[in-house]
Amino acid sequence: MASRVVMPKLSDTMEEGKILRWLKQEGDKVETGQTLAEVETDKATVEMEAYTNGVIRKLVASPGDTIKIGATIAVIGSPDEDISALLESAAPPPAAQARPVPTAMPIRATAPPQVVSHDAATNRALRASPLALRMAAEAGVDLNALQGSGPQGRVIKRDIEAAIAKASASQASAAPAQPVGDVQEIVLSSMRRTIAKRLVQSKAPVPHFYLTVDVAADRLWDAYRALREENYPISLNDVIIKASASALKRHPEVNASFAGDHVKQYSRVHIGLAVALEDGLITPVIRDADSKSLADIAEEVRELVDRARNRRLQPHEYTGATFSISNLGMMGIEEFSAIINPPEAAILAVGALREVPVVEGGQVKIGRRMKMTLSVDHRVADGAQGARFLATLKRMLENPLLIG
Amino acid sequence: MPLITYRDALNQALREEMQRDPKVFLMGEEVGVYQGAYKVSRGLLQEFGDRRVIDTPITEEGFTGVGVGAAMVGLRPVIEMMTWNFSMLAMDQIINSAAKMLYMSGGQFRIPIVLRGPGGAAHQLAAQHSQSLESWFAHVPGLKVVAPSTPYDAKGLLKAAIRDDDPVIFCEGETLYGSKGEVPDGDYVVPIGVADVKREGTDVTIVAWSKMVSVAVKAADTLAAEGISCEIIDPRTLRPLDEAPIIASVQKTNRCVVVEEGWEYSGIGAQLAYLIHRDAFSDLDAPVTRVTGADVPMPYAKNLEHLATPSAARVVEAVKQVLYID
Repeated sequence: MASRVVMPKLSDTMEEGKILRWLKQEGDKVETGQTLAEVETDKATVEMEAYTNGVIRKLVASPGDTIKIGATIAVIGSPDEDISALLESAAPPPAAQARPVPTAMPIRATAPPQVVSHDAATNRALRASPLALRMAAEAGVDLNALQGSGPQGRVIKRDIEAAIAKASASQASAAPAQPVGDVQEIVLSSMRRTIAKRLVQSKAPVPHFYLTVDVAADRLWDAYRALREENYPISLNDVIIKASASALKRHPEVNASFAGDHVKQYSRVHIGLAVALEDGLITPVIRDADSKSLADIAEEVRELVDRARNRRLQPHEYTGATFSISNLGMMGIEEFSAIINPPEAAILAVGALREVPVVEGGQVKIGRRMKMTLSVDHRVADGAQGARFLATLKRMLENPLLIG
Repeated sequence: MPLITYRDALNQALREEMQRDPKVFLMGEEVGVYQGAYKVSRGLLQEFGDRRVIDTPITEEGFTGVGVGAAMVGLRPVIEMMTWNFSMLAMDQIINSAAKMLYMSGGQFRIPIVLRGPGGAAHQLAAQHSQSLESWFAHVPGLKVVAPSTPYDAKGLLKAAIRDDDPVIFCEGETLYGSKGEVPDGDYVVPIGVADVKREGTDVTIVAWSKMVSVAVKAADTLAAEGISCEIIDPRTLRPLDEAPIIASVQKTNRCVVVEEGWEYSGIGAQLAYLIHRDAFSDLDAPVTRVTGADVPMPYAKNLEHLATPSAARVVEAVKQVLYID
């Protein structure tokens, strides 16, 4: 009996997937568990397996197509079975060619909007309020295409607002990107689209507040150098992960999630580490980081980061963090604020370790300092709770023997 | 804070300024023995005597001229017009002497005079006694024109006017005298040339002054029930005009209605509409609309008088017009 192969949900934030290539062709025999195709999800490139035995009768989707979850991408059956009914019920690859265009509005490539123009067919003067003219010019709305709702067909504010709303609603079915003037429109990768969506979901509804400390990192640096000299392959970041996990264990109010009518507080500490990729970022998770040794953490981070860069992370390896760390210190950033990765309640933004003049006992000396900014979901924790966690973390980093 | 009438707020301002500065004196018809035609000067003759509270004959041009002369030699006269309708008799002294003396004397003579009294319609006072003439005075360089809408503003602005070194036309509202509001005891000043947002809103800006503020508030209450949010701005001083808050408000709401008790033609609202078009043109979603007194001499008949005067219902209608609501 023939069956449809549908786009599977390969990560919990996935809504559609892109067929990168088929590993089987029409007519090939497949067995359960064999790899059918490579699919790019919002997070990673995943190999998709067959769930049934048979012959590939039809490949509905082509490489490059973006397909919604649940939509048919292929049909597997016996060699001479009639599959026309299945093909008919299969929706045509819908999202397939529909590439969202980043600009919200069709842009007039020609002259800027005219103040008053004449509709040649009806010889009707185009009327618009000054505000409507300005809004139309700013949003790139073509006034000629609008029917004004004001007196004598005057185009007014609400007409422009309606046009903008309508345009963003039909954004998904807009034409493929075309170069307009000096603007190059870049089709969003699945990952970039997910980042765009997820971070708006965070920044808009989550009331962030920010706490910054300057860590005296002299002893941390000495310890790090000593370990490196003994050929321990650890990074400063590994130490920060370990210290954060220990500090979270003592301040579970920050190791939490907001859940509408209650707050979930976690007893286990899973640290998400933001890893920059060529065209986006991903946060592999170091589970139970508080109970792992520094060496274990270092090894696990190295391995996860390596696979993240090659897009080979499994969904369970980049989900389920209770707290995240983003470190831009190696990029020379002195200090920054990060956006919380929901449903986590906080994220630590780590800046560069830098040599600065410090005053000690009336003397100016060279010291090492490192700024860290904690972003906290105010619905979960208050300033004082965030500050207490940060104080513990600072104390540990300033005296690395306390970590653990 | 004590709740007192507009009349008593003005009385406090006069009393406190006369106590504060012996150069301040009050002159006009029936300001002394009769205690003021509208009782604004109640008790002042008793407290300050007849050298500082002076009853005059019915001679507007004469006592205004005396006031200008007194101001030239260093006194600070407050001249009461029984109503502004009678100021027409004193126009030459106001326009040609008070307003121009500083200029024509090459800066030798400042004229720190206040000309005050009620303006606008009351109840069935007919064509000659129901006029709002603030636009006449605001037309003239050299005059400052003030028109407070509340007891608080009335006291603070009258004190500012008395301390000002230039001639100030102080337009009170005849039907506002009995209105009550919170007024602090003792000294405070509302500076000349500073507007006040009487109510914050988002959908339309209503500019109104003097007793038209209460008309605007009534309209805004009606509109609020329909979900329309009005911002009411009271310029308080009509010249020099505090333009910035009006422009800022229109930039926020994109629409403006000006409510003016006087006639439409060459009114203050015409100047306001011009300023808004000049400075906020690209923020306007509708033309600035005006609600004004009817373009007729004020009728005596009660029903016609009502129709000739701006009402809350007409303000509601104008707001809906600029919002394009049928």
